[in-house]
Amino acid sequence: MRALQIIEAGYRGTLEEQDDTIIWLTHAMKGIDADISVLLCGNAVNYILVDQAPPMLQFGNWVQTQATDIEGDLVKLIDKDVEVYVVKEDLKSRGLINRKNIGGIKLIDRNQLPSLLEKYEQLWHW
Amino acid sequence: MNEKTTLTFAIMDPPFESARSTTFFRLLNVAASRGYNINVFAYEGGVHLPFNKQKRHANGVHGTTLEEENHPLPKEWVNELINIAKQNNGHIEWVNCGLCADERGIDETVSGVRRGSPADFWKLASASDNSLVIGTR
Repeated sequence: MRALQIIEAGYRGTLEEQDDTIIWLTHAMKGIDADISVLLCGNAVNYILVDQAPPMLQFGNWVQTQATDIEGDLVKLIDKDVEVYVVKEDLKSRGLINRKNIGGIKLIDRNQLPSLLEKYEQLWHW
Repeated sequence: MNEKTTLTFAIMDPPFESARSTTFFRLLNVAASRGYNINVFAYEGGVHLPFNKQKRHANGVHGTTLEEENHPLPKEWVNELINIAKQNNGHIEWVNCGLCADERGIDETVSGVRRGSPADFWKLASASDNSLVIGTR
């Protein structure tokens, strides 16, 4: 089976989870050789930008020690041969199209989505 | 693929927050009534749905007692749906993401719910006719 993880809700719980939960899920599934890809759209296209540095949380004496590193998690996913697609129009509309990104991603026009989606048996839109 | 329809659902929402969780249960109800085999992977806040310590409360604004209010508890819906599936020769396999349950203290669930991992979701979805993911918005 081939499945496509469609991630649209960017930065959902990422500070407290210290990752994006669907990218994390994809890593875990890839660990059992799942044939799986990722499509970033909506606000989640911001994930591909480099030099993201979310502030560490601190409440009283509790200090966060593991920073969220979404760009690093995406790079590791690409290193595991997971294809990461990004909707070009969503980057453009946010003024991010010319910003430096992590590389290794596949930009895709919105009108190419139908042919991409047809390559997968299951589409998981989170 | 088996002759009997098998569907897998992934749900992220906790109860009492949005219409997605009740819509999810309605979909399960239809599938269970048709005797389908159903897999559920409860991810993140979804692990609250079968939490066994959910309690009813009275409602002062409504002017109802605890009994009169009969407040909906999703854990009871999970029980009911498991029974409906059985009565129609189907089956519900409900997997609560173990790490998600731990970080939320969901240490007790209704009968028929087990702990699992993303690997379970992948395996269940792979063996299904189709899957529906209901993500938090």
